Amino acid sequence: MDITAEYYAKMYLIRCFEETLMAEFKRGIFHGTTHSYLGQEADAVGVIGQLHESDIVVSNHRCHGHFLAYGGDPFKLFAELMGKTMGVCGGRGGSQHIHWQNFYSNGIQGGIVPLTTGMALAEKRKGSGAVAVVFIGDGTLGEGVVYETFNLAALWGAPILYVLENNQIAQTTPIGLVLAGGICARFEAFSIPAVRIDSSDVMEIASLAGDLLARIRVELKPRALVIDTARFGPHSKSDDTRSGEEIAALQDKRDPLSIHASRLDESERKAIEAEIQTKIAESFQAALDAE
Amino acid sequence: MKNDKPKTVLESLNLALHYAMADDESVLLIGEDILDPYGGAFKVTRGLSTTYPDRVLTSPISEAGITGIAGGMALRGLKPVVEIMFGDFISLITDQLINHLAKFRYMYNEQVRVPVVIRTPMGGRRGYGPTHSQTLEKHFLGLPGLRTLAPFHLLGKDSLGAPGKLLYDAILGSEDPVLFIENKLQYLLPLLTRDALLDYAVEKVSKTYNLSTPFYKLSIRSAPPAKVTMMAYGYMAHLAFQAQHQLAYEKEIFTELLIPTQLAPFELSPLFDSLRRTGRILAIEEGAGALGWGAEVLSQAAEVLGTELKQAERLCAEGHAVPAARQLEEASLPSLTDILNAVQKMV
Repeated sequence: MDITAEYYAKMYLIRCFEETLMAEFKRGIFHGTTHSYLGQEADAVGVIGQLHESDIVVSNHRCHGHFLAYGGDPFKLFAELMGKTMGVCGGRGGSQHIHWQNFYSNGIQGGIVPLTTGMALAEKRKGSGAVAVVFIGDGTLGEGVVYETFNLAALWGAPILYVLENNQIAQTTPIGLVLAGGICARFEAFSIPAVRIDSSDVMEIASLAGDLLARIRVELKPRALVIDTARFGPHSKSDDTRSGEEIAALQDKRDPLSIHASRLDESERKAIEAEIQTKIAESFQAALDAE
Repeated sequence: MKNDKPKTVLESLNLALHYAMADDESVLLIGEDILDPYGGAFKVTRGLSTTYPDRVLTSPISEAGITGIAGGMALRGLKPVVEIMFGDFISLITDQLINHLAKFRYMYNEQVRVPVVIRTPMGGRRGYGPTHSQTLEKHFLGLPGLRTLAPFHLLGKDSLGAPGKLLYDAILGSEDPVLFIENKLQYLLPLLTRDALLDYAVEKVSKTYNLSTPFYKLSIRSAPPAKVTMMAYGYMAHLAFQAQHQLAYEKEIFTELLIPTQLAPFELSPLFDSLRRTGRILAIEEGAGALGWGAEVLSQAAEVLGTELKQAERLCAEGHAVPAARQLEEASLPSLTDILNAVQKMV
């Protein structure tokens, strides 16, 4: 599979997983809650696609997309969300707290920023050549520990890429009500170079992330990537206060799958979609049947 | 590195850091003002940045940031030791401890270990006032996934001294995050030598009870059976140690003094056996008492002993902030006199 098709397949996998999850939650299959990644698929796939095997990814409460883009098994994630011992963390972590290989997530805003920075510093000390990526959101910018860490990362030269997925809404609060000043300016105040892109195009994001990560590998210093994006789903299961029209407009203009689909032959795309649908259906059923 | 045996708690802890860094290259120190020539606000890190300049990181005033960074380092194979300059400042690392470091091992289904040691001095009696004199560890005791340790100022058999050995083992041997509670007045206490203990019978009962961490039982040598069990840790163990001698030699009241070095998770089996002998407990702590360490000690004693427990008392700080003025501070924290009086009232 070439890279264009591979990215489509990964994004479609995330889309199908999250849509299945939302539908099955309504049927009572899952216990607890979830934070939907619908609409932001290009961020995870574009950035994580540029990582090496030894690199580290740390994600947040909205982590399913990052986990699947990293190569996590949808069966294991379904099983985790069903509370099965076959789950990624045996059901202990659930939706927001998973760890597999060099992937970690936690459900607290801000705390993963020093955590991942410490990981990056450890890899630098060990001379492993690995770099770290942490995904945060615009809402996370309200947490103080984030700024303590930007200062420390710049001072100590952490080989880390801060990826800020700016979906412009924190739970139900639009960014304009809670954010003063500029986003890039926050990084730049600590001499961390920041690049901002307004895009839901996986190829654009991949290209930019690849460039930034290549620089980080050489410079062994932090950088930031701000991606203006759109969240199609509610914050969690059903707490969206936006109008249907507003969401429909986002889906119309910003759908990473529609944007990328035109680059594939229709027959190829349909084959990929059919294969992924089967995989998700089988993974879901296997998780239901699992211990 | 010093070759002499340490004479004080401070020297013992400092020596432990030197040995830990010498023995394992993955040990790092992170903290505020820890570089030489200053060597930390209480000098525990003195000499280390000179010997290991690349592994002693002086940090901005960012307690949460460095604790989180230490957690990340530990998940990736390093063994960071964080110094929080005053125990009062652990309020600033609460989220990192509760929702990050202490959580990972369990919530990631035992796939990871988090060998971080966070050292910090608690305690008052130096006139530092409400925000630099507190004893705050009670807020962290019982937090799943976190071990809380406090040294006892014994020389012991190890060349590091008992406090240093406790710290060394925590740094190199603990798979879980450790909150290592020191005490400002404890730093300059001389380590108790064989000579200083001539009147005492000191038993390290942790081996008998198969405990993970040293637990000491002190009584007066050749004394009649004890009537009261005292339990204390840290600097309060020093005051209780003095009280035990005075009570015996001046009042002919004999006690058993139990000193745990692991405050949490609780390992209380030696206490229960002591109480089966004495039936009376006095729990002594420097922190605020309500819903705290002493309360839980008494509660567990009552649960286990039932009607065998005849009396349960505790000493703790007054239920307000630690005041700055000398006379107010003295009145608000439990003293040697308070211990003497409390025990005399119990018999």
